Amino acid sequence: MIPELGQIALALALCLALAQALLGLVGAARAQTVWMAATRPAARGQLAFVAIAFALLTYSFIANDFSVVYVESNSNSALPLHYRIAGVWGGHEGSMLLWILMLSVWTFGVTLFSRQLPLEMVARVLGVMGLVSTGFLLFVLFTSNPFLRRFPAAADGRDLNPLLQDPGMVMHPPMLYMGYVGFSIAFSFAVAALLSGRLDAAWARWSRPWTTAAWCFLTVGIALGSGWAYYELGWGGWWFWDPVENASFMPWLTGTALIHSLAVTEKRGAFRSWTVLLAILAFALSLLGTFLVRSGVLTSVHAFATDPTRGIFILALLVIVIGGSLLLYVWRAPKIGLGGSFEPLSRESFLLANNVIFASAAGSVLLGTLYPLALDASGLGKISVGPPYFETVFVPLMAPALFLMGVGPLARWKQASLPDLASRLRWALAAAVLAALALPFAMGRWGVMVALGLLLAAWVAASGAVQIWEKVRNAAGAASAWTRLSGVPRATWGMLLAHFGVAVFVVGVTMVKGYESEKDVRMEPGDTVEIGGYTFRFDGVRDVNGPNYVAGRAQIPVTRNGKPVTTLYPEKRIYRVQNQPMTEAAIDTGFTRDLYVSLGEAVSDSAWVVRVHHKPFIDWIWGGCLLMALGGALAASDRRYRLAAKRQPEHYAAAAAR
Amino acid sequence: MPRTPALLLAALLAAPLAAKEAAPAAADPVLEKRVMALAEELRCLVCQNQTLAESNAPLAEDLRNQVRERMREGKSDREVVDFLVERYGDFVLYRPPLKATTVLLWFGPLLLLAAGFAVLLRRVQRRRGAVESGVSEANHKRAAELLAGDER
Amino acid sequence: MTRFAIPVAVFVALVGLLYVGLGLDPREVPSPLIGKPAPHFELPQLHEATKTFSERDMVGNVWVLNVWASWCVSCREEHPVLLDLAASGAVPVYGLNYKDKREDGLAWLKGMGDPYKTSIFDFEGRVGIDYGVYGVPETYLIDKKGVIRYKRIGPLTPEIVKNTLLPLVKELERA
Repeated sequence: MIPELGQIALALALCLALAQALLGLVGAARAQTVWMAATRPAARGQLAFVAIAFALLTYSFIANDFSVVYVESNSNSALPLHYRIAGVWGGHEGSMLLWILMLSVWTFGVTLFSRQLPLEMVARVLGVMGLVSTGFLLFVLFTSNPFLRRFPAAADGRDLNPLLQDPGMVMHPPMLYMGYVGFSIAFSFAVAALLSGRLDAAWARWSRPWTTAAWCFLTVGIALGSGWAYYELGWGGWWFWDPVENASFMPWLTGTALIHSLAVTEKRGAFRSWTVLLAILAFALSLLGTFLVRSGVLTSVHAFATDPTRGIFILALLVIVIGGSLLLYVWRAPKIGLGGSFEPLSRESFLLANNVIFASAAGSVLLGTLYPLALDASGLGKISVGPPYFETVFVPLMAPALFLMGVGPLARWKQASLPDLASRLRWALAAAVLAALALPFAMGRWGVMVALGLLLAAWVAASGAVQIWEKVRNAAGAASAWTRLSGVPRATWGMLLAHFGVAVFVVGVTMVKGYESEKDVRMEPGDTVEIGGYTFRFDGVRDVNGPNYVAGRAQIPVTRNGKPVTTLYPEKRIYRVQNQPMTEAAIDTGFTRDLYVSLGEAVSDSAWVVRVHHKPFIDWIWGGCLLMALGGALAASDRRYRLAAKRQPEHYAAAAAR
Repeated sequence: MPRTPALLLAALLAAPLAAKEAAPAAADPVLEKRVMALAEELRCLVCQNQTLAESNAPLAEDLRNQVRERMREGKSDREVVDFLVERYGDFVLYRPPLKATTVLLWFGPLLLLAAGFAVLLRRVQRRRGAVESGVSEANHKRAAELLAGDER
Repeated sequence: MTRFAIPVAVFVALVGLLYVGLGLDPREVPSPLIGKPAPHFELPQLHEATKTFSERDMVGNVWVLNVWASWCVSCREEHPVLLDLAASGAVPVYGLNYKDKREDGLAWLKGMGDPYKTSIFDFEGRVGIDYGVYGVPETYLIDKKGVIRYKRIGPLTPEIVKNTLLPLVKELERA
């Protein structure tokens, strides 16, 4: 009964989504206030029913209802409760339902925080989101129904993929989908603006917090995925340029360009048609990512079970949603107009240079990801494009962006002066050069790439410090430094923190790539191996029983200069149901380094192959991402977005009507 | 039973004497480093989303052995790569070779960047000439006239 | 104003590519050996370890080399097709027993039937690597001059035998 109720809930959600779309779009086109006003309740109703469906699927997992095909393929009675819940989004059908849930949550958010927008705009935005929801609900109901039943019910399930039985797994997809789906709001705002023909600075200001929030989630989602791969896959790698990783990275790059472009449009009303295009592209890349993961067009370690029917459906969705909006763009964008002018050397042009770089980066990742397919489709042979390509291409693209990150925020709007910038930044440059020359020696050896990475990171951090210093020094009056600093808007702190996060990230990547070391050794009990100044002793392996696996667990105490540091317990597990072997690495996390140990194979009764890694500063990679996301969250919660909510709605309606 | 504690004691005393610095898993660590460095740039044909270095597939092990043997014989990296490409095609290379069919791939990013900056520059130049805030030249003139008229 | 149409044009091209992509198999690795001479080998036979077999023994004939193993599940699927092909006499079929144990290979043939004029025993898989084998089963068609003319990756099906293999065999026989 429960799964059937779930299906009914989804069908009802579909009706409401369709109503939301029609009421919103047709209502706005015909200026029907009653219809437009009805979109909010329709959207909220949609969330209610999607949430019910999701809750019912979760219940089926918790209650071990193996008559539901999806539960059977992704769960097992021996699976611990929290993984049974995470299993809800462990497979294709459930993860699509999660996607839809996220979409309706964001839609609900828009209904709540849009009091200050003109009704026509809200109706259009909700209408477009309703269209997207309709498309996905149709997709789930017709090709990817999680509530399908089997008769007779299975005795037990086939267990959740062991790779997914992990805390990171629990959080990574929800965060990622919040990001992907959040870009649909920027997209809806863009389409609504194109439809209404009105695209001004106010539109950018409304769009911006939503876009930044989506970007924060995507940043966290990607960082979680990377961290999870690091400790779960047993290899110590954290980014593989795998097609599905690229599929999440492209919207992130485009989203980064978008939040910077929105800044220009909001402040100066400039480059509006480009911002609109970026908003469409960011969501287009989110949808493309969904397609790539689920259609079987590219091989990927992340890919869900693939099916050509599903591929065709998502492709059709892509064509309708993105093709439609791009056609709308051809029709309406020429009427948008130019906006405020600015000099070739100005903050606007620096921000636009950022856009060119990030857009080129996204384009390059797309090129590399799809090139093998393009060659194969044209019968020109089969090639592979992997990390060597992406690293060669991506790093040189990002270097100028990092340089600009130091200069841009200090440049004046409309017209900046090069001598002025140079003099304000001379100490930052000096600090950066010093760091590049001196710091590598602290790690033991100097290298060009390390120096370059440290130069750019230090440059960004130092220029951030210059900005703070100027705010303290330049504020009018005799107020204390603290008062001056607290007068700085949150959005500025957000920017400083996010940029600082980038610097931290770059330090992490540079140091790990420059100084990581590993040793692959054969160890008998009592043997030791030394790496990075740490000594690891192998104390043998004993058998352990987990809830749904058996494992060989090694005990490896670690010392440094004779003093104990930690004990590590890497494991080699076999999950009973799927009979799948898994290497569980043991990691000692530290501020300046990670110690990473994994078990290889047993080479005799007592001896094992053990791999030990020393990874300096690797946690700065994810720490940097976290700082970026926090910076974004600060920026999105700036007063000016919340203050506007307090103003009278009529004021805006009147302004919009003029 | 009384012998057991003695044996245990003997074992405990012997253990530190037997413990040593672990030997590298590979017979020739220097060669192994070279093998793995190359294997990281090659694609496993069975587990196609892993490098030849990472993969545990039997074919991956066989191919690593082939790479190791050839390197031991003194072949260069280039020759080992050619050996694999002869048999499996360019698919096995994670770093796509530069050929007529991959020129667009390798130069694409640079072209994108250059095109982007060219467009940006042109727009900025054109914008300098364009009028601010949507007030046209004609209206500027008229406004000036009106203002001049006001002053009289 | 045509610059506004660039995104939609690029999008259309992209969708076209993805649509074509839905019909392709990204995992398939086509062989670079098509049109090239079959790599040389001299291996002991499966049934009689003292006798060897080489591709040079087949010069002047059109023949099929099928890579199989007793541990290979898909090989069971294609085995009836091979038996039919061998029985028809259209082209001689030889086997390459890939990374298998001799007893297992012999037992498998005994139980499933032996379509091969003879099978060679490639315990280490080196000949397989020379032929670009990466999965089992794989089948090669080699012409009178010893050049590989066709490779099938995956199990043979009656359609492939009828529509691709046999016509090509006829063509090569005439040459």
